[in-house]
Amino acid sequence: MAALIGAASAGARTFTATSAHGLALMHEMLHWAAGARLPIVMANVNRAMGPPWSVWTDQNDSLSQRDTGWMQVYCESNQEVLDSVIQAYRVAERVFMPAMLVLDAFVLSHTAEQIEIPDQSLVDEYLPPYRPIYKLDPNDPRSFGALAPPDVYMELRYKMHQAMEDALDEWARADEEFSELFGRRYGLIEPYRADDAKILLVTSGTVTSTAREVIDELRAEGRRVGLLKIRVFRPFPAQLVREALRNAEKVAVIDRNISFGMGGIFAQEIKSALYNSPERPPIFGFVAGLGGRDITPKVIREIIDYTESHDEPEDLIWVGVKR
Amino acid sequence: MRNFTLPSEELMGSGHLGCQGCGAALAMRYALKALGDRTIVVIPACCWTIIAGPFPYTSLKVPVLHTAFETAAVAASGVRAALDIQGDTETTVLAWAGDGGTFDIGLQSLSGAAERNENILYICYDNEAYMNTGIQRSGATPYLAWTTTTPEKAPKTEPKKDIMAIMVAHGIPYAATATVAYPDDFIRKVQKAKSIYGTKFLHVLAPCPPGWKAPSEWTIKLSRLAVQTRVFPLYEVEHGERYILNEPKEAQALPVSEYLKLQGRFSHLSEKDVGAIQELIEKRWQKLLRMVRESS
Repeated sequence: MAALIGAASAGARTFTATSAHGLALMHEMLHWAAGARLPIVMANVNRAMGPPWSVWTDQNDSLSQRDTGWMQVYCESNQEVLDSVIQAYRVAERVFMPAMLVLDAFVLSHTAEQIEIPDQSLVDEYLPPYRPIYKLDPNDPRSFGALAPPDVYMELRYKMHQAMEDALDEWARADEEFSELFGRRYGLIEPYRADDAKILLVTSGTVTSTAREVIDELRAEGRRVGLLKIRVFRPFPAQLVREALRNAEKVAVIDRNISFGMGGIFAQEIKSALYNSPERPPIFGFVAGLGGRDITPKVIREIIDYTESHDEPEDLIWVGVKR
Repeated sequence: MRNFTLPSEELMGSGHLGCQGCGAALAMRYALKALGDRTIVVIPACCWTIIAGPFPYTSLKVPVLHTAFETAAVAASGVRAALDIQGDTETTVLAWAGDGGTFDIGLQSLSGAAERNENILYICYDNEAYMNTGIQRSGATPYLAWTTTTPEKAPKTEPKKDIMAIMVAHGIPYAATATVAYPDDFIRKVQKAKSIYGTKFLHVLAPCPPGWKAPSEWTIKLSRLAVQTRVFPLYEVEHGERYILNEPKEAQALPVSEYLKLQGRFSHLSEKDVGAIQELIEKRWQKLLRMVRESS
């Protein structure tokens, strides 16, 4: 990451990929990349943190980096990963914040999936060359990252937050223009069969694909259930989430992560987004699939059944844990 | 004095934030005089984080990239890669780190860069402790020296890490020692390093008046004595093999006490301690002579 920071500071477009402990190891430099306002793009394969060693998927690695100032996009398919890389450069280079694409270990990584590789000339049209306003240049010597006293530091942090706010619009615009050129769009969030749903399931990553199947089955059985996929996690599309959830009677969030001593992180974020909203349905927080345990259609059915059969919401429900 | 003219170009301003008599400040001035304005400086956490000046000021007239403690060499490698891909092979990328960021915290990234033979110049200005944070011991702190974490009653019991041997073992094209007491030698080495492709490493002894507990006007004197007592011999190593001594082998060295007695950080030493240090220095000197002999 430090090599990328050096290269991006000197005006190059940069990319790397990592996973789990590699990501944790670069934690300090994630702050540095964001604080330096460098539009670095990185793919992170979601893998569980050790010990004990695990190579299987969960989201604790990337969610531990939530507050570093990186944009985070949780992808559902390999096509979405590739498309999101292109979109991420577009957004990152407009708001000058780094972006992380997140994909589930072994479900997306280490697997083969047919994808459409976008035409280079169309990508060039979509993504103009990176021309930073400032860079390390002997013809225009400047100092980057020098000590900032209290009278300026806070303003720099304010600007980072503003950039993240701007990024919400930029992601929407990037997605819109991407769809015009390439015919695919993903949204910051994606509701699926959600319109008249009494129970809304909230997912991220590849669990979403499994959930789509289950929702279709349950709909066929006449049950009013729907799905909300959270794709862009930072910046958090709070307003979109509020609107998407407002009419649900109950919300069930599947978290493939755990903040020890509190609960699932997506559930926390969603509750936080809804708290000041007049319409806030009860939220059930499910933690499932840690360390790569499969979240099967059966597991998702159980989650929906549990939500349907309980009146009082619960902050943390462990799914399938052997006690 | 050999024929020598100090390059007149000043790329470091007088308004820097170094302490009076700071060896590291003078070292930067000489290094930039040698390198010229086509230079980008990468500075990890170290005294120079402060000396370079706070936002929005800078004491250098060349671009500066501040970076985290352990990343000088790798960030410099990134800058180099970006310049190369943009067609700029002329600009020198200078990683400028203290002993803490070199001997200790940044060693693995430095080793990685050296192993890849990244085309960078890495200069370690060595003031022999974490001076910026209040004089804590580092791997570069000399045997029996006082620091705040090796107090007089329990001075440092380990000898200074031989960073030159570590860098030389990487087989990099050029490694050398230098001090600010010999600007001709210093500047020649920087210019030589600039002319070589690959990883170049310079180990510069940089007296620190507050940390060494010595008057600020003795920085040059102490630098010179460090060489004359063979505490810090001046030498070069090419391609990890060819050792070149930059002083006469036969010259009579001054006793190490001449160097130690001027510094408060050594004021607690007994005669026996001084003897032990003298022995250590003699041993390292003989080893160096052996390497010079074997490679000539």
